[in-house]
Amino acid sequence: MKKVEAIIKPFKLDDVKEALSSIGVQGMTVTEVKGFGRQKGHKEIYRGAEYLVDFLPKIKLEMVVQAELVDQVIEKIVSAARTGTIGDGKIFVSPVEAAIRIRTGDRDVDAI
Amino acid sequence: MNAADNAWVLASSALVLLMTPGLAMFYGGLTRSKNVLSTMMHSFFLMGLASAIWFVYGFSLSFAPDAFGGLLGGLDHFGLKGVGGAVWPDQTIPGATFMIFQCMFAIITPALISGAFAERMKFSSFIVFMALWMTFVYCPVAHWVWGPGGWLAKIGALDFAGGTVVHINSGVAALACALVIGKRKGYGTLPMIPHNVTLTLLGAGLLWFGWFGFNAGSALKANESATMAFVVTHMSAAMGALAWVFAEWALKGRPTTLGAASGAIAGLATITPASGFVGPGSAIIIGLIAGVVCYLAVLAKTTLGYDDSLDVVGIHGVGGVLGTLAIGFFASKAIGGADGLFFGSAAQLGPQVIAVLATSIYSLAVTLILLYIVKAVMGLRVTTEEEEAGVDTSAHGETAYNL
Repeated sequence: MKKVEAIIKPFKLDDVKEALSSIGVQGMTVTEVKGFGRQKGHKEIYRGAEYLVDFLPKIKLEMVVQAELVDQVIEKIVSAARTGTIGDGKIFVSPVEAAIRIRTGDRDVDAI
Repeated sequence: MNAADNAWVLASSALVLLMTPGLAMFYGGLTRSKNVLSTMMHSFFLMGLASAIWFVYGFSLSFAPDAFGGLLGGLDHFGLKGVGGAVWPDQTIPGATFMIFQCMFAIITPALISGAFAERMKFSSFIVFMALWMTFVYCPVAHWVWGPGGWLAKIGALDFAGGTVVHINSGVAALACALVIGKRKGYGTLPMIPHNVTLTLLGAGLLWFGWFGFNAGSALKANESATMAFVVTHMSAAMGALAWVFAEWALKGRPTTLGAASGAIAGLATITPASGFVGPGSAIIIGLIAGVVCYLAVLAKTTLGYDDSLDVVGIHGVGGVLGTLAIGFFASKAIGGADGLFFGSAAQLGPQVIAVLATSIYSLAVTLILLYIVKAVMGLRVTTEEEEAGVDTSAHGETAYNL
């Protein structure tokens, strides 16, 4: 099993969710985060005082999937989330040791 | 007693009171979220404290017959003695109506000052300082301008609704506070961005609404004077909003909602002293000037280097000065008061300048003294840890947003 973590632009969440659902990804966890990479912040002005706001709102998606599915998952996220402008985000994949469904006690592949 | 006059002044009193919670929201939205409650507490607590002082001796010191050579009223009305249903001398409303109307001014004036020390003042020191300030600054100045036998009134200075008593007074006191209390930790390096501009806009709307009571109610009659004051108040607010927005668009590149709200308030503060003496055409010019000049004053703050967190000096101080001096130019006896320079007489300029100087110098000097006294006895600021955690939790044990 692998954990796929994706940081994307907030308005792309629905597109990514639908794309993943089309290949059978049933669940995910979504968090609102702030961050920056190469996309610089923006300037805000309040009564003439300028502030450079470095952190931009992003959405982080986390899902645990079978290893065989990872390449498809990446491909779906990339095509749904890409806009071509700086700040589209990143995807990270890491190994998962165990997964348990709390309600039934199912383990590993049965749990995801 | 005139029933219409009484009804209008009572309604105006309610309108003016609403301005203080409005101010609480206006200021609250501009601070960081960890300090919003403490900022609003300044206004809400003063609704209690200032009223109590007013009832016990504040009204008397301001509006009792003169007892100290034009400088202060006596204690004839201590505990509101003699202030009841009976019509007040030279008026057509009961004494208690006049008293309660003026009470709302006595509440909002100290509340205005709180913008200068937001996010770092110790609450117990705030209480002591405000009680002293009302006693030694607000009441004397109110007496000079509006009290029977007040010396500024005797030299012919005009102030319809409080350009000196409220705006210059609080603006200059705010400057003193900013200088003595010092800057917020991290000012200039840490971003200190308004946490909720929508709250500020809501507050600005309530202030604009309530200001009709502030200015038009000061006619103390439901007559043409009240009507003209109402109209010019609105004109000045409207023009102030436009002027500020266009000025910031030109100078900084974008029109902002905060600019629209601030410009309206600048227009309102500036027209306040002149509201009973100028016509709509003059009000339009005054509003436009207010929007631009107060905006520039706020920009100048960064160059001058003091941390007046919520721009009390730039908007109320500068606005109050502009409006009080504007009377010397734009006043028209046909509307009320006297003729200004543009209506044939330079005679009003002198008294207006004296009123501005007297109020500014007195407020600055006495506020500084009071601040240093309170600082010596109990300190003025919260500790560094308290300031970093946020005054809401450290002083009040509350969090504004438990989402």
